[in-house]
Amino acid sequence: MPEIKVTPLGAGQDVGRSCILVSIGGKNIMLDCGMHMGYNDDRRFPDFSYITQQGRLTEFLDCVIISHFHLDHCGALPYMSEMVGYDGPIYMTHPTKAICPILLEDFRKITVDKKGETNFFTSQMIKDCMKKVIPLNLHQTVQVDDELEIKAYYAGHVLGAAMVQIKVGSESVVYTGDYNMTPDRHLGAAWIDKCRPDILISESTYATTIRDSKRCRERDFLKKVHETVERGGKVLIPVFALGRAQELCILLETFWERMNMKAPIYFSTGLTEKANHYYKLFITWTNQKIRKTFVQRNMFEFKHIKAFDRSYIDNPGPMVVFATPGMLHAGLSLQIFRKWAGNEKNMIIMPGYCVQGTIGHKILNGQKKLELENRQTLEVKLQVEYMSFSAHADAKGIMQLIRMAEPRNMLLVHGEAKKMEFLKDKIEQEFSINCFMPANGETSTVATNPSVPVDISLNLLKREMALGGPLPDPKKPRTMHGTLIMKDNSLRLVSPEQALKELGLSEHQLRFTCRVQLQDAHSDSDTHIRIYTHLKSVLKGYTIQHLPDGTVMVESIVIKVSSSPEEPNTKVLLLSWSYQDEDLGSFLSTLLKKGLPAALSSM
Amino acid sequence: MKLYCLSGHPTLPCNVLKFKSTTIMLDCGLDTTSVLQFLPLPLVHSPRLSKLPGWVSKDGTINLEKELKECAGRVFVDSQPEFCLPERELLDLSTIDVILISNYHCMMALPYITEHTGFTGSVYATEPTLQIGRLLMEELVNFMERVPKAQSATCWKNKEIQRVLPGPLKDAVEVLTWKTCYSIQDVNSALSKVQLVGYSQKVELFGAVQVTPLSSGYSLGSSNWIIQSHYEKVSYVSGSSLLTTHPQPMDQSSLKNSDVLILTGLTQMPTANPDGMLGDFCSNLAMTIRAGGNVLVPCYSSGVIYDLLECLYQFIENANLGSTPFYFLSPVANMFFEISNLIQTNKLKHYPSIHGDFSTDFRQPCVVFTGHPSLRFGDVVHFMELWGKSSLNTIIFTEPDFSYLDALAPYQPLSMKCVYCPIDTRLNFHQVSKLLKEVQPLHVVCPEQYTQPPPSQSHRSDLMLELQPPPMPYRRCSVLGLPFRRRYERIHLLPELAKSLVPSEIKPGVSLATVSAVLQSKDNKHTLQPVPKPLPLPPSKKRKRVVEEPPEVLAPKPLLSGSVPLEAFLAVLHKHGITEVKVEETADGHILHLQAEDTLIQLEEDGTHIVCDNNEPLRTTLRDLVLRFLMKL
Repeated sequence: MPEIKVTPLGAGQDVGRSCILVSIGGKNIMLDCGMHMGYNDDRRFPDFSYITQQGRLTEFLDCVIISHFHLDHCGALPYMSEMVGYDGPIYMTHPTKAICPILLEDFRKITVDKKGETNFFTSQMIKDCMKKVIPLNLHQTVQVDDELEIKAYYAGHVLGAAMVQIKVGSESVVYTGDYNMTPDRHLGAAWIDKCRPDILISESTYATTIRDSKRCRERDFLKKVHETVERGGKVLIPVFALGRAQELCILLETFWERMNMKAPIYFSTGLTEKANHYYKLFITWTNQKIRKTFVQRNMFEFKHIKAFDRSYIDNPGPMVVFATPGMLHAGLSLQIFRKWAGNEKNMIIMPGYCVQGTIGHKILNGQKKLELENRQTLEVKLQVEYMSFSAHADAKGIMQLIRMAEPRNMLLVHGEAKKMEFLKDKIEQEFSINCFMPANGETSTVATNPSVPVDISLNLLKREMALGGPLPDPKKPRTMHGTLIMKDNSLRLVSPEQALKELGLSEHQLRFTCRVQLQDAHSDSDTHIRIYTHLKSVLKGYTIQHLPDGTVMVESIVIKVSSSPEEPNTKVLLLSWSYQDEDLGSFLSTLLKKGLPAALSSM
Repeated sequence: MKLYCLSGHPTLPCNVLKFKSTTIMLDCGLDTTSVLQFLPLPLVHSPRLSKLPGWVSKDGTINLEKELKECAGRVFVDSQPEFCLPERELLDLSTIDVILISNYHCMMALPYITEHTGFTGSVYATEPTLQIGRLLMEELVNFMERVPKAQSATCWKNKEIQRVLPGPLKDAVEVLTWKTCYSIQDVNSALSKVQLVGYSQKVELFGAVQVTPLSSGYSLGSSNWIIQSHYEKVSYVSGSSLLTTHPQPMDQSSLKNSDVLILTGLTQMPTANPDGMLGDFCSNLAMTIRAGGNVLVPCYSSGVIYDLLECLYQFIENANLGSTPFYFLSPVANMFFEISNLIQTNKLKHYPSIHGDFSTDFRQPCVVFTGHPSLRFGDVVHFMELWGKSSLNTIIFTEPDFSYLDALAPYQPLSMKCVYCPIDTRLNFHQVSKLLKEVQPLHVVCPEQYTQPPPSQSHRSDLMLELQPPPMPYRRCSVLGLPFRRRYERIHLLPELAKSLVPSEIKPGVSLATVSAVLQSKDNKHTLQPVPKPLPLPPSKKRKRVVEEPPEVLAPKPLLSGSVPLEAFLAVLHKHGITEVKVEETADGHILHLQAEDTLIQLEEDGTHIVCDNNEPLRTTLRDLVLRFLMKL
């Protein structure tokens, strides 16, 4: 029995270093190739030795698909393709292809230049890796090879994020990457058609959360920012350069405009201009409203938000700063945090999820004393607020997607084990489908039961459909007979007559003749009529004819009456039928043996 | 499989394909050459046009002074310009399931098809095609509505009258189908039926056929279409280009293995080389500017203009004409440039019309790009009146859709210079024959114009399609039966059924299995399921009578093939206790007389006849024995 195997190398009961292997119809596909923000050692990257202990991966993988540009989904790509070795195709959408190398380069700089790590991928490797990328358009069906096809759907989440459908024959898998089922201020909601995949592999970051309405969260956010600024405090918002940042900027920009606020808003420079450039370039990937207003006014050109400079850190007075990266694990956001953490007037707003091991995760868990390098400690006095602005689907959204796609099986990745467990139960209850949640390195196997495609001769099909009538009768299913010819890898279903003809075989006629003696005191022709009348009353739904030469025909069975002159009342009925009418012929001979009922009118 | 041809215009096609119970319209081009028969619509009152004499037949019997005006020896209709629509009587437009649009030039008749006709289907197009198509339609409506004309001329269309009219008006065809422009409401309603598709996206229609747009390289969003089922493939090639200009390159390989290829939209200028024309265009433009004249370029707001501008920017840099202003006038100009997002807009100033800002910014000498290329409506009419009198000025025609002499006719006599540089980047005959050689369709269908050299160059046999088998030509109102028969359909055997089949090899490499199954057809998808086991009859008093029930009308038993070998058969009979067999040889085989049972079996090469009276158990035994030797189909 054919089966589909799914093995997460990363993101199995965990968030970070997403990397999922899928084996379907003899094809091996790697979905995402991310890094883990929480680790600085080998655990940072997925364990590719699972695929092969030595040598390159090219011959083991048919393709690699990257869902979006976040580093936990593409951060290990240059390592995988250039250092481990993979030369096959890598698929990603146009925006991802444009933005991904920038973030990789940024990541490389932080790791190599700042932390001084060696044995890391180089700029050249990022470039070489990107040369292997084939861009995807939404809804475009890409034929990876003769059998394997992939198709991208819009996923919301961040610019260029895609869900992918992987299809081999009639088997298919959908991988969601990260997605968002509610449109936000700059992106639309994820959408997929009812494609009924064998497995739907979904992220489950917010498996147990059902978030309140976006508007409430936005109001809360603005209120907190406003209060802090009013009392002269500073607000730090750690963000990733693309995605949430743009949404929050739009939000604050409109608020500042409306409230006529004076406190400065800064955005750490570098990626920002590029980011806005990409939003302009890939405007079709944003939501309807932005696209419509784009012609009059570019939503990404801000009036109140200015570029940040390191020297502003010590400026007195209130300010709002967006700084990268989002999980406070390195870079400018961490630097600012250290400076501001000691003042209880200040506030830090974490707008997204933080991976275990990062400072962001620690302070969100209420840690008040942080150990830094060189045995320094940092007292956290400022207010810490968490606002879920990261664009992941919540429990409600995940259920909604299941309803959209109608998968036969469900598989959860990219979430915490405990939360997954809860969602898994809920899914199995509500949809009565299997739900898997393999850990890293663990394989989930789903048996598929593909139907067998066959070429049916149009004549046979049309004949059958005509006989079947316009509506099928569930109580009396019609049985269709045909001959399946298997030749040169082709399967063709044709009518038996056509099969004989095609194969150059002659038909073998099997006939039966049966004499039945009958006492009937009538003339031969009257007996014919009496038989005709009798059969007419017994056999409903059959064609019964009384032929001019006297014989009676039931379907193709001939009944002939004769008698000898000596015994005119003893009639000999001669029945003759072919094997094709065997059931009826056998029935008739038994029936007529019992004689004709006397009460039968002679006409 | 049939093809209904609703338009005779080779580059503005409108065909309807009936394929596997779906009715698919391929493009709906609007033939606007009809507007050349009309007087121009000036933006401001034109004393010259309003003083033109009316037309009265020579003998004075027919007086159409109000409707027809004479200008420079030609007769023009003085009315709101009208377009020649695709044929609407050939088939019921409400039965059309989908319309596939290949590029924005080929969708201009859409509102005439989808509105007020009972059309309930949907339209498929790529996003750029929809956006630019919408702008072109809005522009057309705007051109017409801002200079409304009260009167509409109808008398001249009368067959008897048209026959005696002079000049090109007499030869105008299908005049009764001519219609004035649609309204903006119709445009919005028509375009709301469009569903967006991307290149290489497979779209299922009713489960019966799959359609896929492919990049055609001609304009932004332009596509060719594949219409296919599991067994048949029809390619629809419309406006395609192999030149590397602004759009994505043409996808040729996906057109391979077509049963039928419908070929439309070849270049209208088979002898003009686009690069050469572009060079002529630039040098003429520079010459006029240097001499202090103005240049007028009548053009569509999207398409070749992008390439013109790109080329022109480089040219004027080098030619030191950087200070000359370039204007682009269109009611929807700003939208075009935002959408196309291609061009540095700083050099080209764009305005919605000659009124407003333009009149204050306007400096001469200058270059003006504006529509409509027919010179019958739009801002171009104003510039013709303004600049036509001076020989310093030049008008450069770049659009190939209209004959420039006809376009200029109502402005004669004219002093301004006229340059004709038609640029048509669509496939030429040389390119198309190379393409066809590569993709090897079994049959080609094309407009009849492509099967003979153009009338003006009848000796140029290279300006036509020569194929084997010859292409099937069509003209307006043709109905073609496409030359292939569908013989197979895809059906799925459920895994349970597939498992229950018992194949037997009858020849090396050929196996057979008889299939008895229940057919399920849903949404044009067919599956075969195993025959459900009959429910056990509930025990009832009538049980005894069941025997007497005649058998249900069932599908017949399988066909038999093969023959019954005598020796082996006798051995089997022997095993079953039938020993007294008298064998008699006949011409065709043998007759076996089973003496104890008084039964005859006639064995022949291709038939067996069992004559057995009054012994049903014996008969069935014999039947089963015979069947052992035969193959069931």
